[in-house]
Amino acid sequence: MLAYFSRRVLAAIPVMGVVALFVFLLLRLPPGDPAAIIAGDTATPAQLEAIRSGLGLDKPIPVQFITWIGQLAQGDLGTSLISKTPVTTLIGQRLGPTLSLALITMVLSIVIAVPLGVLAAWKHGTFVDSIVMAISVLGFSVPVFVIGYVLIQVFAINLRWFPVQGFSNIENGLGPFALRATLPAFTLASIYVALIARMTRASLLDVLGEDYIRTARAKGVTERKVLFRHALRNSAVPILTVIGTGFALLISGVVVTESVFNIPGLGRLIVDAVLARDYPVIQGLILLTSGIYVLINLLVDLSYSLLDPRIRY
Amino acid sequence: MSEPHPTDIAAPVLSISNLSVQLPVQKHRVLDGISLDIAPGETLCLVGESGSGKSVTSLAVMGLLPKKVLAVSGGSIRLEGEELVGAGDARLRALRASRMAMIFQEPMTALNPVFPVGQQIEEVLKTHLDLSARARREKVLAMMEQVHLPNIERVYASYPHQLSGGQRQRIMIAMALILDPKLLIADEPTTALDVTTQKQILKLIKELQQRMGTSVLFITHDMGVVADIADRVCVMNHGQVVETGALDAILRSPREDYTRRLLGAVPSLTPRPPRPDAAREKVLSVSELAKTYASRSLFGQRRETVAADAVSFTLGRGRTLGIVGESGSGKSTVARCVMRLIDPTSGSIRLGAQEVSDLSPAALRPFRKRIQMIFQDPYRSLNPRITVGDSIAEGPRNFGVPAAEAHKRARDLMPLVGLPDDAVERFPHQFSGGQRQRIAIARALAMEPDVLVADEAVSALDVSVQAQVLDLLAGLQARLGIAILFITHDLRVAAQICDDVVVMHKGRIVEHGTAAEVLAHPRADYTRELLLAAPGRHWDFANFRPLAPAPALAADA
Repeated sequence: MLAYFSRRVLAAIPVMGVVALFVFLLLRLPPGDPAAIIAGDTATPAQLEAIRSGLGLDKPIPVQFITWIGQLAQGDLGTSLISKTPVTTLIGQRLGPTLSLALITMVLSIVIAVPLGVLAAWKHGTFVDSIVMAISVLGFSVPVFVIGYVLIQVFAINLRWFPVQGFSNIENGLGPFALRATLPAFTLASIYVALIARMTRASLLDVLGEDYIRTARAKGVTERKVLFRHALRNSAVPILTVIGTGFALLISGVVVTESVFNIPGLGRLIVDAVLARDYPVIQGLILLTSGIYVLINLLVDLSYSLLDPRIRY
Repeated sequence: MSEPHPTDIAAPVLSISNLSVQLPVQKHRVLDGISLDIAPGETLCLVGESGSGKSVTSLAVMGLLPKKVLAVSGGSIRLEGEELVGAGDARLRALRASRMAMIFQEPMTALNPVFPVGQQIEEVLKTHLDLSARARREKVLAMMEQVHLPNIERVYASYPHQLSGGQRQRIMIAMALILDPKLLIADEPTTALDVTTQKQILKLIKELQQRMGTSVLFITHDMGVVADIADRVCVMNHGQVVETGALDAILRSPREDYTRRLLGAVPSLTPRPPRPDAAREKVLSVSELAKTYASRSLFGQRRETVAADAVSFTLGRGRTLGIVGESGSGKSTVARCVMRLIDPTSGSIRLGAQEVSDLSPAALRPFRKRIQMIFQDPYRSLNPRITVGDSIAEGPRNFGVPAAEAHKRARDLMPLVGLPDDAVERFPHQFSGGQRQRIAIARALAMEPDVLVADEAVSALDVSVQAQVLDLLAGLQARLGIAILFITHDLRVAAQICDDVVVMHKGRIVEHGTAAEVLAHPRADYTRELLLAAPGRHWDFANFRPLAPAPALAADA
């Protein structure tokens, strides 16, 4: 088990290396001179030269890569071209809101979706099942920003239960954070509730047809235990896969929600950096999101083997 | 086995009367007024072919009929006098495992793969008794001891996939009997097991039954098993009880026609008379064939699994060679190597004069049509979306036969395999298992092969259907002169169809000779063991009489 874990962790390192190489090349392969883009249309050749040597662009590509990796290893992602702030600082400021929002969204989604899916599978083919599936279709088909604005209209403007927009970091107290995070979290959760509930239902329905479910019933085990103890754990692998991918997508997919609720998170940083062609920031953000993807995939893979003793790669 | 039972004195443990089960929507009756009684300590064998309703009967007793699919529509089921039809869910749950318990056919899928088996037995105690964790564990270990599991502490913490089939079934038995139920329902509990394992499991059930005084409702399709374990027999067909009687009466003097036919279809363990073996052209020669699977573990140690080693045999035109062995013996590996579905590690395979073991896929192509295969499961080996005719014509068309001619060939094959002409226009799901196997045979024959490889081709079929398919193969062989490589675990089938037999064990050939020699006078210990484990080997079912034990085996019996 330990050997398997360490092997999986080690295997993640080359993956990150490939990602880093890809990010590096992504910004150097396109035709055109980054220095020219940075300097703008009115720059003199001397200014261009200065920018090139400042960024190390006058050296051969492999050397540039080694230098860049070396900086990466020291936690240096470069400096923003616009604000002249280190990229790590910029990301650090924005990571908190996005990560905390993503986490509570995921927890919320799981807490709502898994019981809904179990209920639908248990009551398969009944009215309850149809209702759950209808909710799920709704969650899939209504765009996130529509749900966001509807929630704002009802709960912030009409009922005045929550503030319309804004964000408060957890460090400033749990109350203000919860108050401001609730609507964005529900907005984001809508699609994941739909996704996870559907997957839970489908996966559980498969498992409920298995022989060992009949064995459990033949032992006199109660229906609740059959569902939650015998069936759910066996259907966990696909559910977990969806949760894992969902979480990873969430990190990069919060752009719309952060705009709707005016939250100073990574989503906004991404939009701003792309619009301003702030390459070091874009580079840093791609690396960060890829890193999170790799990490989440690793966690999902490791939890497979904890859930199902047959899984050994 | 046949000592008189106090059936008429003691109240029956289980009493089913006039029980009907139907599909709630279509109102089709799956069980139609069946009645049976089981006395304390008695073993009642419920026999019948697929679709006879024997499993439905057992699930109805346990209250485990699939909801919304099947429902009891009348009659009564009494367990020690208590009516179960209409009993509440909570009451039925309380009775399960404590008063009536069940074991199933496939011990791999019947155990939950994500929990250690010890925990799964313990769950029975948790559900029904109020014991301390320590007491529970001790009771589970004691029960595991009783079912003769080795290293019980280690097995307790093992997951199902880490145990053998026999061990898993022992776990199921421990789970079923730990609360000392009055009734044990065993639904084909040994069908998925090898004969030698089957023999041990049957012995274990008998042993525990005698010690605990359990009544057993044993469901099986295997007359051999019936002959070995039953006190009384209840024959079912199409949801009705055909006849019920003491074992001896059923086997010696069945009253009903259906029972006579069922017994008549059981292949005899006595080999058929040998056919003359003129110096025939060899169509398939295998020599020194070996297949090794290498796997690399985490830190690079190479582990090798020898699936087959030093396998040599020849097959002449018009002859049938049986490869007999238990699971893991390497018989299917050999069949797949011969088909070149997998590549042999070393050795030679000759089709006629042509060496094919090392041909590239492209060079092999022309030889593919000379050797064709029939698979075990006719439900999965035919593409459900393609008509029977297209399935059969596909092979010849791949080899350049024009579509019209290939379809004509498919149509011409139908009467040959005993199917109506219009079968070619229908889809596989419109046929029964036996008919599908006929289609599979027609599909293989359409290629006009020299060699037919049949991998457990009749194992999934009921005995009466099995007999028909075996007859069909024999008839086709006589007409077309085709050679058959017949892979089977069933010695009875081998005795009836094979000219020569190869016995395999752990990847190697342990005995090779004519069927008459090998099956009547086995020389290898392993062959002897296999024959001794064959259920019902003292009985000549088709002639309704016991057999005199074969001299070569008598000493061991």
